[in-house]
Amino acid sequence: MSEQTSTSPKSNGTAPLLEVRDLVKHFPVKSSGVIRRTIGQVQAVDGVTFNVYKGRSLGLVGESGCGKTSVGRVITRLYDPTSGSMKFEGNEIATLSSKAMLPYRREIQLIFQDPYSSLNPRHTVGSIISTPMQVHKTVPKNKMVARVQELLEVVGLNPEHYNRYPSEFSGGQRQRIGIARSLALNPKLIVADEPVSALDVSIQAQVVNLLQDLQKEFDIAFLFIAHDLAIVRHFCPEIAVMYLGKIVEIGDRDQIYLTPHHPYTQALLSAAPDVKQAAVGGRRERIRLEGDVPSPINPPSGCRFRTRCWKAQDICAAEEPPLLEVGGRQVACHFAEPLQVIAPEALTFMAPSDGVENETVSTSGSTAL
Amino acid sequence: MPVRGVVTPGSGTLSRIRTREGSRLRDVGVLERVGFVLLLLLLSTSLAAPLFVLDPVISVAPAFQAPSPEHWLGTDDVGQDVFSRVMFGLRTSWLSAVAVIASAIVIGGATGLVAGARGGWVDALLMRLTDAFLALPGPVLAIAVAAALGASLRNTLIGIAVVWWPWYARLVRGEVRALAARPHVDAARLSGVSPMRLMFRHLLPGALPPIIVAASLDVQILVLTLAGLSFLGLGAPPPSPELGAMAARGADYLFASPWIPLAPGCAVFILAVAANLAGDGIRDLFDRG
Repeated sequence: MSEQTSTSPKSNGTAPLLEVRDLVKHFPVKSSGVIRRTIGQVQAVDGVTFNVYKGRSLGLVGESGCGKTSVGRVITRLYDPTSGSMKFEGNEIATLSSKAMLPYRREIQLIFQDPYSSLNPRHTVGSIISTPMQVHKTVPKNKMVARVQELLEVVGLNPEHYNRYPSEFSGGQRQRIGIARSLALNPKLIVADEPVSALDVSIQAQVVNLLQDLQKEFDIAFLFIAHDLAIVRHFCPEIAVMYLGKIVEIGDRDQIYLTPHHPYTQALLSAAPDVKQAAVGGRRERIRLEGDVPSPINPPSGCRFRTRCWKAQDICAAEEPPLLEVGGRQVACHFAEPLQVIAPEALTFMAPSDGVENETVSTSGSTAL
Repeated sequence: MPVRGVVTPGSGTLSRIRTREGSRLRDVGVLERVGFVLLLLLLSTSLAAPLFVLDPVISVAPAFQAPSPEHWLGTDDVGQDVFSRVMFGLRTSWLSAVAVIASAIVIGGATGLVAGARGGWVDALLMRLTDAFLALPGPVLAIAVAAALGASLRNTLIGIAVVWWPWYARLVRGEVRALAARPHVDAARLSGVSPMRLMFRHLLPGALPPIIVAASLDVQILVLTLAGLSFLGLGAPPPSPELGAMAARGADYLFASPWIPLAPGCAVFILAVAANLAGDGIRDLFDRG
């Protein structure tokens, strides 16, 4: 994956907001005992390359443990990358000290998966949302309450509730508080790490719609990390599929969903349960993968998917397939070929139509509170 | 405020919401409340003692007088008023315990906070240092300090404080480490919060409840420890009013004038029980689970 990949077909000639090249994050495995020698590396992220464009969303999907959360945490510099480059608006941020990183913290924010543990139970909602603005001094003290209330209103919460504690809110409302916090500094990029997977299905739709409205309103780019394929398809025009620390396929959402080229993408899509398809009696050939995901401490040689792949040949063990342009997307497989595994209407997110959607968002705060 | 009565028994969440921090005043038992009140009573009266009792270190009456309306707990072998001495002794016991705990919280808390927040080699270094102090036997060290610097209350307290802070260091460090791994602390880091602000605004407040609980339970242990050391002669030299020393000196008159040793002994007992019950109550108030 070392070769320079071409820019995304959707770039429209503009420079990407975030350019990630060969990003690597390894976690050392230490031996127990007094002298803790490093006895291995968990290769959580191992050479990942992608672009995120202004005001657009890139979806990052893959099963648990494939490294998608690590990617998000490295991009926000909660983790330091082992190697590789991350350019935000053309400026390298992979190696910045925490002080030099400060101005970029305004531009890149994170929405956490768990709305419970991501809000400090000892701080009021107002304090939680205003902390970033206090640190960066973007809002004068006497205007802080007004700004917090404005943000609460934007995310569909009652602005009068800034003095309450997180424990007084439901999961969906807490996630809205987290979203308000991430919006506080007017970021250009939000890394959304499974923003709805901890919520009830009915609340998921509200929060996804809220994120979409915010994206339109504030022109925010999202790196949307999720394992729910329907939500990712709904939210992200461009999608990257990760397996064991590497991107195996990246491209336009319809290309990925309708003509997946990588065997792993095909297996992932075929494994996703889909109500609509079941409802119409649609019978689907499910691709069953053999074995377990190999350990990221000791990944297989060559193609990392070969141990579970039905197409695997000798070359797959000998040579790592580069991410190459095939059929309008980039795919890392020696034997890439299209295979439709889901019906076109399958794995679509059951979001209400536009009119209803807006209503849901604007009223949910008042009805739920 | 919504009516409390609406809450069905067993659904603890609502009452917890109302009192913000998860403190559940209703969960505190009667005995604990009594202990708390008793402790407050003992503290306020003993703190105010200089205002209404006699001078504890001068002879005010003939020796060996039995309790009477003039001398509530009688007089001792040199004619000092036992009640006055007990009140002053309680004051000393309590203030000494608080002094040791306060120093332990400051030293241990700072060590634990830095170790837990920084992690890595700083953590390893500070915690090994803590372990080294933890290995020292408290009373023996107090005896050694008293032997080296001379027997006085201050030296005894230094000896105790030296072995007391490591417990707080470990406690705070554990809490801070657990907190530091929580996403809301990551969120604070993402906001660009400085390490200092992170420590004091985001990590330390979370470690406070266990510190308060530990401190409130420690009062009783310290009262007994200090009384024991004072009984052995490791405290202020006579005639200072110290409960342990008074009991030791009065032990000779246990049968002839039992009020002389028993009054300070009972005072230690009551203070320790009250502190223990109050500590239990505070734990009920703060502990999760």
